[in-house]
Amino acid sequence: MASTAVQREIKLVKPTRQWVMGFIFLGLAAAIWLIFSRSTDAGLITTFKLVPGGVESNLPDWQMPTLMTLNLLAIACAFLGGVQLFRGFGRRTNLVLSIVSALFIFGFLVWTAAGKSMNLTGLLNTALSMAVPITLGAFSGILCERAGVVNIAIEGMMLAAAMVGALVGSISGSLWVGLFAAVLTGALLGLVHAILSIKYLTDQIISGTVINIFAGGMTAFISSKFMQVNQSLNDPGIFKPIEIPLLSKIPIFGPILFDNNIFVYAMFIFMVVLHIGLFYTRWGLRMRSVGEHPKAADTLGINVFRTRYMAVILGGMMAGFAGAYFTLGSVGRFDEFMTAGRGFIGLAAMIFGNWTPFGSFGAGLLFGFSDSLASKVAILGVQIPSQLLGMAPYIVTMIVLAGVVGRGQMPAADGQPYVKE
Amino acid sequence: MSKKQEPKKKGAGEILLEEINGKPSGGASSWRKLGQTLAIPVLAIFSGLVLGAIIIAVTSESVYTVWAQSPLAAFGAAWEEVRIAYTALFTGSIGDPARIITAFQSGDDLEIRRAFNPFLESLVASTPYIFGSLAVALGFRAGLFNIGVEGQLFIGAIFAAFVGYSITGLPAIIHIPLAILAGALGGAIWGFIPGWLKVKTGGHEVINTIMLNFIAFRISDWLLSGPMRRPDSFNPVSPTIQESAMLPRFFESPIRFHLGFFLALVAAWLVYWLLFRTKWGFDLRSVGANPKAARYAGMSIMGTTVLAMSLSGALAGLAGTNEVLGLNHNLAMAFSAGYGFDSIALALLGKSHPLGVVLASLLFGTLRNGATRMQVVAQVPIDIITVLQALILVFIAAPAIIRTIYRLREPEAEEEGVTIRGWGGD
Repeated sequence: MASTAVQREIKLVKPTRQWVMGFIFLGLAAAIWLIFSRSTDAGLITTFKLVPGGVESNLPDWQMPTLMTLNLLAIACAFLGGVQLFRGFGRRTNLVLSIVSALFIFGFLVWTAAGKSMNLTGLLNTALSMAVPITLGAFSGILCERAGVVNIAIEGMMLAAAMVGALVGSISGSLWVGLFAAVLTGALLGLVHAILSIKYLTDQIISGTVINIFAGGMTAFISSKFMQVNQSLNDPGIFKPIEIPLLSKIPIFGPILFDNNIFVYAMFIFMVVLHIGLFYTRWGLRMRSVGEHPKAADTLGINVFRTRYMAVILGGMMAGFAGAYFTLGSVGRFDEFMTAGRGFIGLAAMIFGNWTPFGSFGAGLLFGFSDSLASKVAILGVQIPSQLLGMAPYIVTMIVLAGVVGRGQMPAADGQPYVKE
Repeated sequence: MSKKQEPKKKGAGEILLEEINGKPSGGASSWRKLGQTLAIPVLAIFSGLVLGAIIIAVTSESVYTVWAQSPLAAFGAAWEEVRIAYTALFTGSIGDPARIITAFQSGDDLEIRRAFNPFLESLVASTPYIFGSLAVALGFRAGLFNIGVEGQLFIGAIFAAFVGYSITGLPAIIHIPLAILAGALGGAIWGFIPGWLKVKTGGHEVINTIMLNFIAFRISDWLLSGPMRRPDSFNPVSPTIQESAMLPRFFESPIRFHLGFFLALVAAWLVYWLLFRTKWGFDLRSVGANPKAARYAGMSIMGTTVLAMSLSGALAGLAGTNEVLGLNHNLAMAFSAGYGFDSIALALLGKSHPLGVVLASLLFGTLRNGATRMQVVAQVPIDIITVLQALILVFIAAPAIIRTIYRLREPEAEEEGVTIRGWGGD
């Protein structure tokens, strides 16, 4: 750990990085001023509603003059950029980067809603629910990759679990049985991935691709053979939101955070448990050591194969849980290819979040936010096509992967099969 | 046989084996070795079909109704179900032998062509797979996993469609090549980006191509619902391309067999020639097999990687171009039936060799085409083909399973497969 800390320090204070970051901040400031401010008429007012639709409250709307707010945001970003250029924020650069990005996004919102009103709480609420499958998928990736097994089969596991969850949930008439079956499906596919990549030493990306193809075909097959013909097989219902008393009454954040179904709460619980488990328990230490240096771990008496099997099966269960969200937590019905690439985005969120639970949640929230923003913008009728806005997270992921924002700390033995000598 | 014997002429099997394994084979037992090389794919396909039959039987409702009366009769019913399904698969993809014979007896030209239409339609269905899996195979040979064929295919199709409908007044002899080149260029750009990023920043091409897939979908969605939408249509469809840009068809409608199939074969031959007959191809394969050794030998890993990725993208772009210029004559959002991901499976099945890739693509084009009839006749959803594909792929990717089932011997030397490295790589 000590050596990583030193490495990070060295990386963060590299002078080129300081300039690059400074120019990025200034660029965002210029973008706010040139694109947003210049195209805004003076005297327009932006209104943000702070109460989700359908809820009675006497919380007033949040209003601000559009042009002045935008100019202030531009000045703040430019100031931070200037400080970065001449003095540098050192270790806090990434923190400042996220602040500047947040200011930019806020500026975008203010500009979009100029002369109109936008429901900020609704936006954040949708963002959170869209972040759930992505974040849970990322957790699945973390579990596998921290033990050194690349899992690009998250998508397929989610899809298969979504279908099984709906099917079993409908047949048994119990959501919980459906959820259990979904998690079991994920575990089974995880086992297949583990056997192929650990026992048969198949390339892990190929093994994952196989599972994705299989899940896509099998779910479509069963769905069109049974579930579309017989609708009663595809009607499991959904988990209802549970309002947590008192906490859900907190203005603004209460309705967003504390009035959700079990998947959202489970995501937060998993996030904390996974963080503690990975970084503060013997189990986590062993798992990470297998992912970093399996030979050394083996020498110290850790069973590399068993650890990897456990990790991949747990990852599969997590992906299964994420898949159940689609049918049992959100739509209440299985549609072919309904996961629509969320598993892959979860993978990106994991990389974005630097293989950590909290980071992945942040990344998942970012993806979810941009999704919900894109749909909101389509409704508000802004000049920017919502499809182009929807591209933003993918482009940002590529930029992150390119190391502009600092190279991630990937598990060293990720994707490499271990052969005992 | 004495060892000092003159080196005899190589047999066809030996040459094929050398090509597949990428290295000279020795000794008299080349036919046996060829058998060993082909054993795995053939047995994998066989096992896949058997498992597919089991799935068809297990998911058939009539089997269960019979089971209630007599379990023994249920096996007969299951056999009957599978027979009907696989017969429909065959007649739907190759043709109905009885119909072909009567057509020949009647001597009617039209009737003969119609009887062969299922077969020709299978070739049409195989064409995008050939292009797509050549793209993946070329990447594999260079040690790159191009998972972004789907996106490159879309961008290629956009370029080809745009050139196809926006330019008017050109003769076909210029317009068609121009549109094809545009499609290849579009795909090449979309392949160049991850290649360049990998070389410059080390960003893994798997993630970058996945991201580029999503970006390509959004771009297509945006273009087709806005700038490129047919003016008189509410659906996201591009205008129909000019007649001068359509690939010629060999028979009159409804037979859709077009020039694209032969272009695909030419592309396969070109890839073969490039990989195994040029210095650059040798460099590419060396970089793929062992980048460190290639670097010590003075090969440019950067140049090879970027060029390989761009060429791979160009081939993928041609898959989309082929569909636009040859088949649909316009670009719609749903024109790709997941060609990109299927191509990965086919490249693996064909062992990343152009010949193997063409054979694998023909097999799957045929299966997929026949499955349409199977769906109608036997009520087996077309998606069973995707399941078959995944099952076959499992056996190809983990040959140890096949060896265990059929009690095959371990190969004497580990055959040279495709080499990909995990996230980390080198």
